[in-house]
Amino acid sequence: MTASAVPSEASSASAAPRSGGVRRSMLRRAVPYLQAGPLALTLLVFLLVPILTIVAVSFWDYDSIRIYPDFVLTNYEELLTSPVTWKTYLNTVKFAALTWVITLLIGFTVAYFLAFHVQSTTWQMVLFLVCTIPFWTSNIIRMISWIPFLGRNGLLNSGLISAGLIDQPLEFLLFSDFAVVLAFVHLYALFMVVPIFNSMMRIDRALVEAARDGGASAAQVVWNVILPLAKPGIAIGSIFVVTLVMGDFITVRLMSGGQSASIGLMIANEISLLQYPAAAANAVVLLAVVLIMVVAMLRIVDIRKEL
Amino acid sequence: MTETRTGSPLSAGTTTGGTTKGVSRRTLLKGTAAAAGVAIGSGAITGFPTIWAQNIKNVTLRQFGTGVSNLNAVADKVKEDLGFTLQMTALDSDAVAQRAVTQPKSYDIADIEYWICKKVFPAGVMQPMDVSKIKNFDKIVPIFVNGKLTPESAVAQGTAPHTVGFVEGKDSIKFAKSATQWMTLIPTIYNADTLGIRPDLVGRPISSWKDLLDPAFKGKASIINIPSIGIMDAAMVCEAMGEVKYGDKGNMTKEEIDKTLKIMTDAKKAGQFRAFWKTFDESVNLMSSGEVIIQSMWSPAVAAVRAKGIQCVYQPLKEGYRAWGGGLGIAKHLSGLELEAAYEYINWYLSGWVGAYLNRQGYYSAVLDTAKEHMSPDEWAFWMEGQPAKTDILSPEGKVMEKAGAVRDGGSFQDRMGRVACWNAVMDEDRYMVRKWNEFVAA
Repeated sequence: MTASAVPSEASSASAAPRSGGVRRSMLRRAVPYLQAGPLALTLLVFLLVPILTIVAVSFWDYDSIRIYPDFVLTNYEELLTSPVTWKTYLNTVKFAALTWVITLLIGFTVAYFLAFHVQSTTWQMVLFLVCTIPFWTSNIIRMISWIPFLGRNGLLNSGLISAGLIDQPLEFLLFSDFAVVLAFVHLYALFMVVPIFNSMMRIDRALVEAARDGGASAAQVVWNVILPLAKPGIAIGSIFVVTLVMGDFITVRLMSGGQSASIGLMIANEISLLQYPAAAANAVVLLAVVLIMVVAMLRIVDIRKEL
Repeated sequence: MTETRTGSPLSAGTTTGGTTKGVSRRTLLKGTAAAAGVAIGSGAITGFPTIWAQNIKNVTLRQFGTGVSNLNAVADKVKEDLGFTLQMTALDSDAVAQRAVTQPKSYDIADIEYWICKKVFPAGVMQPMDVSKIKNFDKIVPIFVNGKLTPESAVAQGTAPHTVGFVEGKDSIKFAKSATQWMTLIPTIYNADTLGIRPDLVGRPISSWKDLLDPAFKGKASIINIPSIGIMDAAMVCEAMGEVKYGDKGNMTKEEIDKTLKIMTDAKKAGQFRAFWKTFDESVNLMSSGEVIIQSMWSPAVAAVRAKGIQCVYQPLKEGYRAWGGGLGIAKHLSGLELEAAYEYINWYLSGWVGAYLNRQGYYSAVLDTAKEHMSPDEWAFWMEGQPAKTDILSPEGKVMEKAGAVRDGGSFQDRMGRVACWNAVMDEDRYMVRKWNEFVAA
């Protein structure tokens, strides 16, 4: 609106100052662009160009040592017609769903406890920081430390055996889907806790009191008041967890002992065999799938309320 | 797919990696060489070797290859013995193959495996070596010349080194059927691989590759998850079970690949495998933690498990070994003084010191006579003749590897290398095999 007012103002001025006015108005119009420029440039160079490169390479041809600039659809054909791809997607989605449900339960409970049961702000902060302690070490270390714990002769099995609870070590603990989901939950639960906690802290306590005055039970308060108002936090946490699990490869490889598949692992395998075009095609499909999932989540919950 | 390919790797143009730097250095070297030539030609200087030695000190040879033989100790010794600098870069074997073809100017000497050579040499990025310039050529183990360790032994399947060891002429990229004057790779290091076992946990003697899929070891077996090597181990297993008959394990048909991986997939679904491993340390950890008691393994990994005080045997099997071997090749662009330096380096490589070093690591060297001179009689008897060690056996770094009285698994050189069933290989159906292998892993 202001921008449209500027030209008429400038055109009413006389000839000599006119050019100066135009220059000034052009400058004024350019300011927002200049302000957005650095971010736009960064996104262009570090996000858009790489993604376009991946899309371009996904149409190239390759053999065991080289890739050939070309336009072929074989990469997509081989990808989409292979039952392995579908099985792998199913498996990855299964990991994502299980991890999502478990981290949501843990995240909601922990956040609810922190936000509504811990009364002093100091304790809230202290306990919140306690939640972040595992994040002080690297991802991989946190993951690998499960291996000696869950192994056949690991701490848990030898503990259970010496306690007389089992005779044979439990084999399913390590190098199994159980181990993979366990590691995912361990790694990503905090990504659920933080946004939900943030949402809950913004809930007006008067609403809870009003509900109670109206005769709502504790469960009804959680279900009818807190849960709907915490939705944006849940959505943000879900986006974090789902995208992280969908793109993961190292957790699946280490915790399943290389015996389970995920899309990320499939891409990593293709890269290590120098089949870059196949990996690129796979990455494009994964990107599309994850984007659809994120859009679906945003359709259900309007997170702009939060921001 | 291959039908839609626009250019084959053999005909496609080469990339230009680091030309500017290379050219300037080379020009400089040519200048020096020419100056030296003038000096010699004019008769002003008679002490030719001295001048040569002075010039060669300025040479830097860039060697790249897989980790096994890219040893810093070798580069240090080269500097000491020959005076010139050897720069080493270690990459994994897939990256080595790619770089050898796509960036031929980025290296002077390629240290590659024979199956990689089968992919790389036909791309015309390397030059064959004149065997008349290789002093110890006639002492090279005959496996690399005619494929037979002794005149009566059979030629193993797979990419046997002698099948890609020679080309027809100086500028040829066509592999010769028998030995010629032009050698593609000078063999440096090779070994015979088999299964590693935990003798304290398997509970019975292991004698065949098929024991890997014995239901008794359900949930306690593992296999290497590098397709080109894993498929070979799988083939050894299936053949030992009598389930699949192969024309050539090193070059399977699609049908053979399908059958082999069907058996492996069924075993996987039945829970035979505890895990798959991809890196050296994974194989060591699986074995030493007792998660796995029988698996594909590499000889230094067996040594690493034993170094933790855990029993581990590199078990000889009745069907024989899966062997691998590597060698040094010279890049096409090398000429003049640098080429001479490369020949000098290769001759030095075969002259014994490196050979002894490799033998002491449990690998084998290409020229045994010269290596023997650099090893003590006891070391030689232990590593090469399969006799009990009289004293403690030390690694090249001086760490105790085996206590006195120990005997090498598999015995003597003749017993091990004489019983090679197949070599690591690259198949015509490579791409199909890799896809099927990935399906097996995802199954």
